[in-house]
Amino acid sequence: MSTLPWLHPERVALLEAALAQRILILDGGMGTMLQGHRLDEAGFRGERFEHGRDGAHEHHHDHPGCDLKGNNDLLTLTRPDIIRGVHEAYLEAGADLVETNTFNSTRISQADYKLEHLAYELNREGAKLARAACDKFTALTPGKPRFVIGVLGPTSRTASLSPDVNDPGFRNVSFEELARNYSESASGLIDGGADILMVETIFDTLNAKAALYALDTLFVERGARLPVMISGTITDRSGRTLSGQTAEAFYYSVRHARPLSVGFNCALGADDLRPHIQVLADIAESRVSTHPNAGLPNAFGEYDETPEHMANVIAGFARDGLLNLVGGCCGTTPAHIKAIAEAVRGVAPRALPALAQAA
Amino acid sequence: MTTTRHTRLSGLEPLVITPGLLFVNIGERTNVTGSAKFKKLIKEDRYDEAVEVARQQVENGAQILDVNMDEGLLDAEAAMVKFLNLIAAEPDIAKIPVMVDSSKWSVIEAGLRCLQGKGVVNSISLKEGEEVFLEQARKILRYGAATVVMAFDEQGQADTVARRLEICERSYRLLTEKVGFPPEDIIFDSNIFPIATGIEEHADNAVNFIEAAKLLKQRFPLSHISGGVSNVSFSFRGNDTVREAIHSVFLYHAIKAGMDMGIVNAGQLAIYDELEPELRERVEDVVLNRRLDATERLMEIAERFKRGTRDSGRGTRDELAWRQFPVAKRLEHALVHGIDQFVVEDTEEVRQGVTRTLDVIEGPLMDGMNVVGDLFGAGKMFLPQVVKSARVMKKAVAYLLPFMEEEKKRSGDTGKSNGKIVMATVKGDVHDIGKNIVGVVLACNNFEVVDLGVMVPAQKILDTAIAEQADMIGVSGLITPSLEEMAHVAKEMKRQNFNIPLLIGGATTSRAHTAIKIEPNYDTACVWVKDASRAVGVAQSLVSKELVDGFLAKVRAEYAEIRERHKHRGPGKKLVTLEHARGNRFTCDWANYAPPQPRQPGITVFDDYDLAELRQTIDWTPFFQAWELAGHYPAILTDEVVGAQASELFADAQEMLDRIIAEKWLKARAVIGFWPAASIGDDLEIALPPLQGEGRGGDGVGNRDSATRIVLHHLRQQADKPVERPNLCLADFIAPKEYGKPDWIGGFAVTAGLGIEEHLERFHADHDDYSAIILKALADRLAESFAERMHQRVRKEFWGYAPAEDLDNEALIAEQYQGIRPAPGYPACPDHTEKTTLFKLLDATNNAGIELTEGFSMYPAAAVSGWYFSHPGSQYFVVGRLSREQVEDYAKRKGWTLAEAERWLAANLDYDPD
Repeated sequence: MSTLPWLHPERVALLEAALAQRILILDGGMGTMLQGHRLDEAGFRGERFEHGRDGAHEHHHDHPGCDLKGNNDLLTLTRPDIIRGVHEAYLEAGADLVETNTFNSTRISQADYKLEHLAYELNREGAKLARAACDKFTALTPGKPRFVIGVLGPTSRTASLSPDVNDPGFRNVSFEELARNYSESASGLIDGGADILMVETIFDTLNAKAALYALDTLFVERGARLPVMISGTITDRSGRTLSGQTAEAFYYSVRHARPLSVGFNCALGADDLRPHIQVLADIAESRVSTHPNAGLPNAFGEYDETPEHMANVIAGFARDGLLNLVGGCCGTTPAHIKAIAEAVRGVAPRALPALAQAA
Repeated sequence: MTTTRHTRLSGLEPLVITPGLLFVNIGERTNVTGSAKFKKLIKEDRYDEAVEVARQQVENGAQILDVNMDEGLLDAEAAMVKFLNLIAAEPDIAKIPVMVDSSKWSVIEAGLRCLQGKGVVNSISLKEGEEVFLEQARKILRYGAATVVMAFDEQGQADTVARRLEICERSYRLLTEKVGFPPEDIIFDSNIFPIATGIEEHADNAVNFIEAAKLLKQRFPLSHISGGVSNVSFSFRGNDTVREAIHSVFLYHAIKAGMDMGIVNAGQLAIYDELEPELRERVEDVVLNRRLDATERLMEIAERFKRGTRDSGRGTRDELAWRQFPVAKRLEHALVHGIDQFVVEDTEEVRQGVTRTLDVIEGPLMDGMNVVGDLFGAGKMFLPQVVKSARVMKKAVAYLLPFMEEEKKRSGDTGKSNGKIVMATVKGDVHDIGKNIVGVVLACNNFEVVDLGVMVPAQKILDTAIAEQADMIGVSGLITPSLEEMAHVAKEMKRQNFNIPLLIGGATTSRAHTAIKIEPNYDTACVWVKDASRAVGVAQSLVSKELVDGFLAKVRAEYAEIRERHKHRGPGKKLVTLEHARGNRFTCDWANYAPPQPRQPGITVFDDYDLAELRQTIDWTPFFQAWELAGHYPAILTDEVVGAQASELFADAQEMLDRIIAEKWLKARAVIGFWPAASIGDDLEIALPPLQGEGRGGDGVGNRDSATRIVLHHLRQQADKPVERPNLCLADFIAPKEYGKPDWIGGFAVTAGLGIEEHLERFHADHDDYSAIILKALADRLAESFAERMHQRVRKEFWGYAPAEDLDNEALIAEQYQGIRPAPGYPACPDHTEKTTLFKLLDATNNAGIELTEGFSMYPAAAVSGWYFSHPGSQYFVVGRLSREQVEDYAKRKGWTLAEAERWLAANLDYDPD
């Protein structure tokens, strides 16, 4: 991976320069922002999908159509104005990097809506929207370049866990199928102009390894690579991923990809993520990132940690030298990102460790 | 801040290989090429037990688990994937990294695709040239694994120091310079070859490896040096003591030289300092090649160290050295080694020194049993040993009882046990070997066991539990109807407001069945106990005030989740309709088929069959299984893990067999019969000719003066199968009625258990469960052998369709003959109630002394019955899951209600009955 040239060397140089100087700000939650628009079924479908299937896709005329409400990634095609608006709101709040609206834009996840053929298109268009928003803000303040992170989500399946407790050896997805999925999605992200690819919200490290395998293969095919960010998810206070790994074991499992950064996002609030970020900060040769939720969900499934509280906790991470990149996940809003950006401003980023040669 | 270049591997947890670790143990027993036991488990699809092998390796200290499935007859890729997926679900195994071991690249790749952690490939080499080597290395890097590099190149395997260095150096350069492989992720295996083989060129094999290790470590300090250690002692296979000594000495020197990883049997590493000095010296001579006659000198003393003669307490002066220990230590030794010879005198010696007799039990005896419990828990003792320990304990306690009774009369003081359990084999079932073993193991752990025996009605179990103020109830059973009876026990416990736990065990029970069918009937506490080795942990958790709530909460949550999954379980593999299945029946060219006619139709009775003859054809493997010793006979006798125990148990069994036969402890009786039959759909119609007079060849179906029609009912597979694999039903193997061919079916019932009770009583009176269990297991084996022998004679003589058949015992066990003998209640004909018809046809109760219980279990338990089919295409199969459609059809044929059919076929239903 390391021997290939960068696909966009000038942007990588700008990114490296910024990372050397300060803690960079990621954006916040997409879902929370979309909920605010209270779109109904027709709102999700738009014209092209008005019958619950793809009007532009000839093979799909014969299926009866599905409910598409809740397929947030589809809004990239049916309501690009809203998605672009969310990106701009976060850039406005101070984000250096925005994440594409492609969390579920894999063949496996879109199959729930019988829209698996859209996987490539959703990723390419998702990257284009984020690209346009970033380019607009970079033009306004050229001293602060903005970057597009192409997001590769976890998919709805797990490669190292059985969905059937009576048959622990059973798997409903294979490494090969996941790798094909990720390869197709990543191609769309690259073609749409992403600067970085991020494998995120990793519940099952084997899914992530399939993604990293696919990316390495794809980079070799294209003769050039993008920086890769990796972000796992500690699912609960047990301190392990859903597939059972500790933070340290997780890092050793993905470290071969020589990522730009490694971190944790989602599931927990910043307070509960701290010990696990500390582990990464202690051992990782790469940068460390985190984008926590706005606390744990309350009884109504809502996230209610205030921007002030979250920013306050994150400021502690920064002061203790744990962070290179920080943002928000579920329940976070531009107000949270703004508060976090202000809280870490002027705090030095975590220094990269030097690699000793002796054993 | 700096990061040191350590090898960083992971399973669920990290493994950072720092110099502080000194030596990383790689568990070797999950390797089909190195462990006969593991190979057998995998070949027989016994993955549950194979997973236990992995668990043992981890418990014994393996830090990486080597998995190898390279065996000619196995689909190695599929086996690798299946096994890795299964251990991924076991957190206490999956915590350590996996070494994917294969000589086939495709198997390695399949394995790497299953590992979420960072594992190790074993191995790649320059054997097929640089191109393949580099390509594989790039892929390994992409999958995120470290790799073992074998010292092997286009010219062959390195065996000198110079060749080892040359190949390793070339490999290292290619990997680090051309692939960018991290040096710390390279592990050299520079080939460990056997020593003391008698071939002169091999004498320096260990020395060369050690020397190469030293030079490799100097040159490549970040990389590691490993190897398969057991190779070095290959020439001493069968003598574990000497092998372990060689491993220990070899590692001692190789580790000093720089070897820092090794594939070893993690449970069996001898400690260098604790080796017997003479043995150590002679082994060292061989390993370091210090004298010309080193091999001869080691051979000279090797026999002396062979296992199976040690610690048996049977005689020589050396073996009685433990008699010099202090008395408490002597009792511990007697308990651990199962020696009852001196236990009464030792117990008396302790008793004289205490004020309260109970102190003898609670003091040295319990201390000794705790050692036994710990060793058993750690996999260092096996069941037969534990049962022998229990025999010693029981003898000691029996000796002390009168003293305690006396004291109790004076003081009113009673001792306290860990807890009390009422145990029983449920109504309708007579199988109790497993239950007895559980009882013994619990008793060893100071539980008071009230064993009600077999065929115990639910109310008797419950009344006893109340009368005894039991802390828990344990029910067991082997046949499928017992599952229903256990659910009934649970229901009654709820109705009668019980609040003590119910433990479920026995071969047909399962966690899923307990969760889905039993626990909902009694939500207070139902716990499935997998086998005897789990029983103590469960029972202790249940009686401990601190543990019980957490333990039960965990079990309940687990069962609730199983039920939830069960409710939402996917459609699974869909069954085909009954019509479709019948359309895909097994068939043959019936028009040109000539069914063989029995030479001796009607019924033949064998009243007192020669046990000595049956002894010749015993299949011993299940005998060891009954004792939870895994392995195939005769290989099990020399198995590295259980060989010594298996040999000792085998010797005891042989000794008892001699007496069984000489003193006529058991009587074997049998009855066989053949009747004209034709198939009508899935049924078989037997037309009995009118009875004429009272001659030989009568049968049990009453007096009759006209032809009698009897119908046997069978079930058909409904799995979705390709055309070339029919949906089988036993009726398919008899000519259909419309062809008008005179075809036949046979039946048999045999037992070798008549007269067993008086001997069991004698053993129980003598507190000798060990012998009692051996006797029962032997009676079972003799009955099975009897069934096998009768089948053979049927083929050659009585039916006579294969008069020239000539098969040895192994071929018989492997079922390499024409025709089958399926038993009602087993996979090809799962309905137990058909035994009634079989017993009537044979009049088995009068002719062979075998009774049927209301649950269709046979008594004596050491009995086998079934049907004979002669068709050359007949074969054993599993009926498997049944649709409601077939169950309704079957109910109609049997004259049952649907609910009755669902009750008797409960284990086969593909649906939840209303």
